[in-house]
Amino acid sequence: MSVVDNAGVADAPILELDDVGKSYGNVHALRGVGLNVRQGEVTCVLGDNGAGKSTLIKIIAGLHEHTDGTMRLDGVACRFGSPRDAQSRGIATVYQDLALAPLMSVWRNFFLGNELRRGPLRILDIARMKRICGEELVKMGVIIPDLDRPVASLSGGQRQCIAIARAIYFGARVIILDEPTAALGVKQSGVVLKYIVKARDAGLGVILITHNPHHAYLVGDHFVILKLGRVVLDARRDELTLEQLTTEMAGGQELAELGHELRGADQEERRK
Amino acid sequence: MTAAATEPGRTEATRDDRVAGRSLAARLLSRPEVGSLVGAVVIFLLFMAVAAPFRNVANIGTILYGASAIGIMAVPVALLMIGGEFDLSAGVAVTTSGLSASLIAWNFGLNVWMGVLLALAVSLAIGAFNGWLLLRTGLPSFLVTLGTFFILQGVNLGVTRLLTGNVATADISDMDGFAAAQKVFGSEVALGPVTLKVTVLYWVVLTVVAAYVLLRTRVGNWIFAVGGDAGAARAMGVPVRATKIGLFMAVGFCGWVSGMHLLFQFNTVQSGEGIGKEFIFIIAAVIGGCLLTGGYGSVVGASVGALIFGMTQLGINYAGWNPDWFKTFLGVMLLLATVVNVYVKRKADLR
Ligand SMILES: Nc1ncnc2c1ncn2[C@@H]1O[C@H](COP(=O)(O)OP(=O)(O)OP(=O)(O)O)[C@@H](O)[C@H]1O
Ligand SMILES: [Mg+2]
Repeated sequence: MSVVDNAGVADAPILELDDVGKSYGNVHALRGVGLNVRQGEVTCVLGDNGAGKSTLIKIIAGLHEHTDGTMRLDGVACRFGSPRDAQSRGIATVYQDLALAPLMSVWRNFFLGNELRRGPLRILDIARMKRICGEELVKMGVIIPDLDRPVASLSGGQRQCIAIARAIYFGARVIILDEPTAALGVKQSGVVLKYIVKARDAGLGVILITHNPHHAYLVGDHFVILKLGRVVLDARRDELTLEQLTTEMAGGQELAELGHELRGADQEERRK
Repeated sequence: MTAAATEPGRTEATRDDRVAGRSLAARLLSRPEVGSLVGAVVIFLLFMAVAAPFRNVANIGTILYGASAIGIMAVPVALLMIGGEFDLSAGVAVTTSGLSASLIAWNFGLNVWMGVLLALAVSLAIGAFNGWLLLRTGLPSFLVTLGTFFILQGVNLGVTRLLTGNVATADISDMDGFAAAQKVFGSEVALGPVTLKVTVLYWVVLTVVAAYVLLRTRVGNWIFAVGGDAGAARAMGVPVRATKIGLFMAVGFCGWVSGMHLLFQFNTVQSGEGIGKEFIFIIAAVIGGCLLTGGYGSVVGASVGALIFGMTQLGINYAGWNPDWFKTFLGVMLLLATVVNVYVKRKADLR
């Protein structure tokens, strides 16, 4: 399916989560979650608001530590103490809140935490950072005329593109995208999906969180649905149709009930 | 652009013609230090017009000396503010440093340099403690450093009285190492008619180094980021804790430089000194364009803010005005500079 030279390598997951749980005090945001991220595969994580998707990826990104279970990177049990730790192992993340400093310029945000430096004094290589940042953004189809502008002055979608371009540029092995298309136009969404496919074909492991089953089904190889912090569905693409996925996401039976309720409410309205 | 011309689908993406390139003037005007520069020029012209001694070249040294006393602290306080935190203990910490050096040397009969070095350790430790407590408790720095402010104020008075039975330290000018240390921290050079204190040199060097670090190094990028959005900075792998503690320690270091000057200028230190100075440092930083909320500002601006102070302090004197009005003047300056900063920035961003 995907273009990976060594089929054997593709089979072993880069990242494995086994029975992972996370509590915020008395809130059990995640319970007994298992997840395998393979090279050259897009793993889609789906679920309602508050299902625990962001919590899950924050564990992988090193922002939170899991309280139960084990996480394995290349088969070795590990725990990321900080996002820097995770990044140094090639895991880059687009956070739902984008993680941009609003008053800093576009290029400073792009290279935040990964600044390029030159010379014996290790000063910032501003010219090179601006050039790379500009090129990467142009590739995504967003034109930001002045990279010195603070990101706060950009549109929501432009900001999202910066966060995505940044993760794609720095992600060496695993890229995590938490609702990357939420604020994007049709064209930019398309570009992001193309990027996801490209990253997958380049042999990276991609974790995509989205509320859009169409987007998920377009690029996903593997689907995990979370509900109240537990995995309720874990299926490969060939085990599932788009309709089934949509129904599962909406909670199947619940969707039918919802339809019923809405019709009921409608009639009540008319009776008044 | 040739590729775009042959590929009609791409043309609209290659350039957004709604945004014209910004002119150099607009770029300069959107710098944070603009308000303070305008203020400095206005104040300069004002006192040139109304105060005759202000026009005397020989007084440049005095004005710069007053500015440097504030500037040496305003620079690290500005960095800290850009990093999103306050330090209300900065004023009394200067006194603590001077007292430490003097009391340690005097009480243990040590070489003055030993006192100076141990005072450095004390100053850095105070900074580190502020930062550590802040991150440990998650309280706003306003509260944490307000606590340190009162603690140090009491310690300054209490320990000094305990050890000397007095409110000031003993004169240490006849002790070993004093002469050399005085050369480093309290000397002056004459350049023609102008006599410059060594603190002016420290102030200028500090401003240049801090501006360079802030704008041209990785650490500078981190300072902006932790002040702008600490959560985002952490998520991107910035060592937020180390950056903040480092900033508090930078304030400590500069407090040590100021404290040593205090000691070697007057040979003794008054234990009640320094109270209220912390606000002057913060005001200089705000006049210089630092946002109270962090993530934005300039150390050059803070130094210009300090210069405004130096000019005003002496200008009021030279003009023969009642110095009682100095504080009122400061308040007005603060408000004006902040309004100008916001106004100019908004204009420049729209250009
Ligand atoms: N820092 C926190 N402290 C306490 N509880 C939290 C914290 N972060 C998240 N939670 C709780 O954990 C649960 C899962 O939240 P999470 O953000 O992972 O949901 P999500 O699936 O990403 O939702 P959405 O689709 O809205 O982004 C929620 O009930 C939330 O209230
Ligand atoms: Mg979420």
